[in-house]
Amino acid sequence: MTSLVGKSPLSLSRIAIHVVLIAACLLYLVPLVVMLLTSFKSPEDISTGNLLSWPTVITAIGWVKAWATVDGYFWNSIKITIPAVLISTAIGALNGYVLSMWRFRGSQLFFGLLLFGCFLPFQTVLLPASFTLGKMGLASTTTGLVFVHIVYGLAFTTLFFRNYYVSIPDALVKAARLDGAGFFTIFGKIILPMSTPIVMVCLIWQFTQIWNDFLFGVVFSSGDSQPITVALNNLVNTSTGVKEYNVDMAAAMIAGLPTLLVYIVAGKYFVRGLTAGAVKG
Amino acid sequence: MSSVAVFSKAKASPFDALQRWLPKLVLAPSMFIVLVGFYGYILWTFVLSFTSSTFLPSYKWAGLAQYERLFDNDRWWVASKNLMVFGGMFIGISLVVGVVLAIFLDQRIRREGFIRTIYLYPMALSMIVTGTAWKWLLNPGMGLDKLLRDWGWEGFRLDWLIDSDRVVYCLVIAAVWQASGFIMAMFLAGLRGVDQSIVRAAQIDGASLPTIYWKVILPSLRPVFFSSVMILAHIAIKSFDLVAAMTAGGPGYSSDLPAMFMYSFTFSRGQMGMGSASAILMLGAILAILVPYLYSELRTKRND
Repeated sequence: MTSLVGKSPLSLSRIAIHVVLIAACLLYLVPLVVMLLTSFKSPEDISTGNLLSWPTVITAIGWVKAWATVDGYFWNSIKITIPAVLISTAIGALNGYVLSMWRFRGSQLFFGLLLFGCFLPFQTVLLPASFTLGKMGLASTTTGLVFVHIVYGLAFTTLFFRNYYVSIPDALVKAARLDGAGFFTIFGKIILPMSTPIVMVCLIWQFTQIWNDFLFGVVFSSGDSQPITVALNNLVNTSTGVKEYNVDMAAAMIAGLPTLLVYIVAGKYFVRGLTAGAVKG
Repeated sequence: MSSVAVFSKAKASPFDALQRWLPKLVLAPSMFIVLVGFYGYILWTFVLSFTSSTFLPSYKWAGLAQYERLFDNDRWWVASKNLMVFGGMFIGISLVVGVVLAIFLDQRIRREGFIRTIYLYPMALSMIVTGTAWKWLLNPGMGLDKLLRDWGWEGFRLDWLIDSDRVVYCLVIAAVWQASGFIMAMFLAGLRGVDQSIVRAAQIDGASLPTIYWKVILPSLRPVFFSSVMILAHIAIKSFDLVAAMTAGGPGYSSDLPAMFMYSFTFSRGQMGMGSASAILMLGAILAILVPYLYSELRTKRND
């Protein structure tokens, strides 16, 4: 804490600082408020009023229409996200365990090669990946997307667990080995029980990444197998018919709510994942 | 590893042999995935960029023809120039906003946690959601444009979204809104780790508060600064969803970015070879910032 400004609580500079901080809060909140407000307006109110004008009638018609358009895609996103998050986290945990406690010749090199995946621009793998999915018969399926998300999520999940396990003292594992405990026994009985924080970080990171993904969704799926982000983009950017902004905003809220809820409930782990993935990546 | 090996040799039962191989077996699928799915695929794309592939991959050697076509393509240059403008402004503004908010928040503010939550929530949203929201806010005639006129600023005009010279600033606004809170969080964490004795020493020397921040505290946050630039540059180069949702590259192709270019040439226009060439150049751009960064990281670690 570098609190150096103004010893007296009401100095001019302290007031100025509070004004800036509160103004910034408002600026960050405006888009969310506008989205919510617009989503509950009638088309008439939208065309006569402005972004922040209070609606004459509050109506959920935008939400009803939006849900009718995107609900199938919402479930697609759930079908893609849940298995991909769980599997990539499980593999990441095992990889991290090996890379920190069961190192062998070449494992460090492998870790280095894997780390680059955190920076990989996915554009360089899109075409080969889509050929492969086609060969596997998984083109344009949610299963194909699960697969892709697992593969390209591994770099981050492994990094999380490896960096976490590296700080666990070796003595703990060595003692267990001398007692005759095997690879999976040590993992299940000793390592996993102390992994709760990093499991949370990893689950939340993967959940946000995969739920919010658009690139893989738009390239590897079509029609019925598209995730919510792709459906939202299609809805918002169709040029046919009259633009229904209340529907657009409600659909955007529907697409954003799951990750927003996770952030509100488990913000601590979200921030930790961001900084861990970022600073050490 | 030596302890494992010695231990297993001491009583080499089948169980121990299995134990010795287990770590490798567990890692094997991931090794396969990384070698094939990361490096193999990059190589594959690299090869495609030297072929005359159009709608379907063909392996007819075309030399540097695709790169030449790319460099002759006006749209590629617009996309690259946009990336410079977008990336430069996005990184610069996010850093300034993030640092200022972090310093202000670090002054024993009541409700700090609550304020932090508000600054950071956009980071949880998809760029598609962000793009949709800002497309509406920046709507010429109905968005902020109208709001500020309704509020009495008669001459206010905000039609950047349909102005091909200024549309890229719309992307900057939305991207800064999304990422600056994250930079704030990184710097706030950094500020909490600053050695207070140095600060106090500077205070005793009679240095003023801005001087202390400018000359003592911020220079000590160099690593945070570099990581932030790295992450922001990475976001900028990969930016695809934001463009797709907000402008789809328009008006015309005036707000194209390389990631968008790559997508539309590869997947909509059947120019696989040229699309691959553009992907390889994007990889080159990432490496150009990544390699010096990693180099300096490793050097500082060795000095520690």
